[in-house]
Amino acid sequence: MGLLEVSDLTVTYRTAGGEVPAVRGVSFALEAGQKLGLAGESGCGKSTMALALLRLLPKTAGYTGEIRFDGEDILTMSWGRLRAVRWAGASIVFQGAMHSLNAVQRIGAQIAEPIRLHSKATEAEIRRKTGELLEHVGLPARRADAYPHELSGGQRQRVMIAMALACDPQLIVADEPTTALDVMIQAQILTLIESLVAEQGISLLMISHDLSVLADTCDRLAVMYAGRIVEEGPAAAVFGAARHPYGAALAAAFPRIGDPASRRRPQGLAGDPPDPADLPSGCAFHPRCAVRLDHCAAVDPSLWPVAGEDRQAACVRVLPDEGLSLVAKESA
Amino acid sequence: MSEAILSAEDVRVEFEARRGGGRARAVDGVNLDIAPGEIVALVGESGCGKTTLARTLLGLERPTSGRVLHRGTPLEYSSRALKRFRRDVQLVLQDPSGSLNPRHTVYDAVAEGLRIHGDVPNERERVADALSRAGLRPPERFFLRFPHELSGGQRQRVVIAGALVLEPNVIVADEPVASLDASVRGEILALLLRLRDELGLAALVVTHDLGLAWNIADRVAVMYLGRIVETGPVEKILTAPEHPYTQALLSVLPDAPGSPVVLQGEPPDPTRIPSGCRFHLRCPVLASGAAAAAGVDGACRGSDPGVLTGGTVTQVACHYAAQVTVR
Repeated sequence: MGLLEVSDLTVTYRTAGGEVPAVRGVSFALEAGQKLGLAGESGCGKSTMALALLRLLPKTAGYTGEIRFDGEDILTMSWGRLRAVRWAGASIVFQGAMHSLNAVQRIGAQIAEPIRLHSKATEAEIRRKTGELLEHVGLPARRADAYPHELSGGQRQRVMIAMALACDPQLIVADEPTTALDVMIQAQILTLIESLVAEQGISLLMISHDLSVLADTCDRLAVMYAGRIVEEGPAAAVFGAARHPYGAALAAAFPRIGDPASRRRPQGLAGDPPDPADLPSGCAFHPRCAVRLDHCAAVDPSLWPVAGEDRQAACVRVLPDEGLSLVAKESA
Repeated sequence: MSEAILSAEDVRVEFEARRGGGRARAVDGVNLDIAPGEIVALVGESGCGKTTLARTLLGLERPTSGRVLHRGTPLEYSSRALKRFRRDVQLVLQDPSGSLNPRHTVYDAVAEGLRIHGDVPNERERVADALSRAGLRPPERFFLRFPHELSGGQRQRVVIAGALVLEPNVIVADEPVASLDASVRGEILALLLRLRDELGLAALVVTHDLGLAWNIADRVAVMYLGRIVETGPVEKILTAPEHPYTQALLSVLPDAPGSPVVLQGEPPDPTRIPSGCRFHLRCPVLASGAAAAAGVDGACRGSDPGVLTGGTVTQVACHYAAQVTVR
């Protein structure tokens, strides 16, 4: 059994303009100690999904489906139990550490808070643990007295990671943990996350728009488009040879330096990501797809195993020949 | 290099640091030339001075010493001279949501430059032309739209159209795709390349993204702590860099070959630039003893490798690289 099992999750926002489906039926599993990367662009539903995992969405969001964490369903859990799972079971590292930290509280106090709430440790023990956590993420323990504005962006992101580790969680969800950081600081933070996860056997769900970063850090990758996972498989396979045309386009958007194929040839996708309130018919990707078939406007493919490989894609092109002709007949 | 359209000549820009921390030498001696039709990527980490240098090249910041040359003539800082200069050298900002007025239609946003310059004859035609060059077609369909009705990619195209409408010869683009989605990024970069091919538009693209430089630039200049430390053709600098800093930057890219050289600590402070080579405190070549083996460690610690000259040739400001290449 996986540590985290999401089955057929949907999240719909109720807005003045009607219902907006942000996550439209997502299933995946994460084993203990595994690192899964979730890629996609703004509006694809990836951050909504991250927040849904700990039921952190506003009241206007409605859920269906199941999120099993260590066997228990997060969506039906009591508030008391949910509070225990947050931090101690699973914790989130958000993007933009400046806005997630309290500007008028010393960072040591902020790291101590979840420990105080979730354990019976004495103040002296909490202080020791806070210092240890800071050193663990590469900051001197005396920095506990600093306020967030006294730290650089990379240091603040380290503090966020220390907080996420404070209650020894089994799972860390990292939502764009390095987005606003420079390449060198990004490399420092990714190295840190990787070593902590490996040392402590924590599972990692890392969310990013940058497929190359995810491919480098994670074991498996899932690519989201318009509220669905459209491709899933081993990281190197998905990044190196995606089977869904959207996955391929996303991979090509990050050029490999030295590769003559991308020199003076930036790769993009015409068009824009769809509006979740007004999705195209059939496959949501078909209006932007360079290799679409006639029936793609009518058929909405679900994730389908790629023959002979440990991966799946939601594209009619991965269907075996007989499936393809069946689809064509149905849509005709 | 007389044919350069825009140049920095030994430019230094200093700021009074906050809390009396001394003077910050944001740009500490830079020579840089941009030739007509050339795309130059200025890369470096935040705080290295790349945005200050770009602002100085646009006349938005006055150099403390040194000068900016426009077609060989020193830039004058009277408002009239600057206005004339900006017809030829246009800025494209990052974050199109922040640089467009939410209450102005696309038409007004693009026409604004023409109006400022009192250049109103056939305004409508020129706005339409700029929009279609920026890939918003048919342009009439966009005239009356407001920024919030557009996607991020479309907004960035409006910003680019606003720069194109005055028919400049150079654009300075600061992180033109940093706020865009990955799939849209390539389209905007392709647009910059097409503008160069069709209009001969030169560009200085300021970015922290080396992949972007590989995608579109002819030449790259790598900046560290106020100086350009390595420059040359993209193919050379990004595949066979000689400066240990450039090497480290490339090594930490996710799909770079070999093991990453992760520099520790934060980029140092421009109010306290180390003596000797400004990179020596973080330099992996010095730390590994390779510099000592080549007999240059004393120079690394004690002597400034100096300011690189402008032009288009490959140059590197590194004692070790100079020593190893000579041998």
